[in-house]
Amino acid sequence: MIQLGFVLILLIAGYIFGTAREKSHFISLRDREQKLNMISWRSTGKKEVFEGVSESTLVMGHVVIGQDYFKSFLAGLINLVGGRVSVYETLLDRGRREALCRLRQVAKDWGGTEVVNVRFETALIGQNQGKQRAGAVEIFAYGTVVK
Amino acid sequence: MIITNIESIPGREVIEHYGIAQGSSVRAKHVGRDFMAGLKNLFGGELRGYTELLSESRDEAMERMIKQAQSMGANAIVNVRFSTSAITVGASEIFAYGTAVKVQ
Repeated sequence: MIQLGFVLILLIAGYIFGTAREKSHFISLRDREQKLNMISWRSTGKKEVFEGVSESTLVMGHVVIGQDYFKSFLAGLINLVGGRVSVYETLLDRGRREALCRLRQVAKDWGGTEVVNVRFETALIGQNQGKQRAGAVEIFAYGTVVK
Repeated sequence: MIITNIESIPGREVIEHYGIAQGSSVRAKHVGRDFMAGLKNLFGGELRGYTELLSESRDEAMERMIKQAQSMGANAIVNVRFSTSAITVGASEIFAYGTAVKVQ
């Protein structure tokens, strides 16, 4: 009974804090994306011949992002019936946008104008022993900035 | 050392190829960090401890790759790629590789 109560408290706390943090994260992402408008990015350009480019360098951005207790519990339930696991879709969306924002921020600080050949990589991090539940994901973005 | 993940260095001409330069780094997090991350995992959001850990690890892998390229006599690395894999529970490997070249 005590255990059940404990889980319930964790679920409620996870729901309240997790939702609030997700909301503020999306707001901050939108703001930063607007500020980084002038740094364009694309996934092409690997074999391109760049005219009028004097300098270039590798830039990276990454983030490790975790799911809250409520949403991972919900994902476990969805897993039973199958279908779209929307709680993880938003998590990965947040992670990708965050990693891209950081990458573009580095590119901006460096004085670049465009990031080419952007690649994303996703890795599972800190999976708890024996537990199926994914602890966190690392999303890593890298590309070449030119100016 | 100029590093890019495209097949050339824009504005420079590649005059010599030296083959692959690589670097890797395997890191595990310590218990304190793990505990804090677990706690944070309840509420969701960024796990800063892990973000820092992986960025240190990636820097080390890059450093090793650069060192290897330098020992070959290269002054640039093109077409750099990364890969991450979880070796065991609690440790992950970051691997960076690219082609060491000499540019003008």
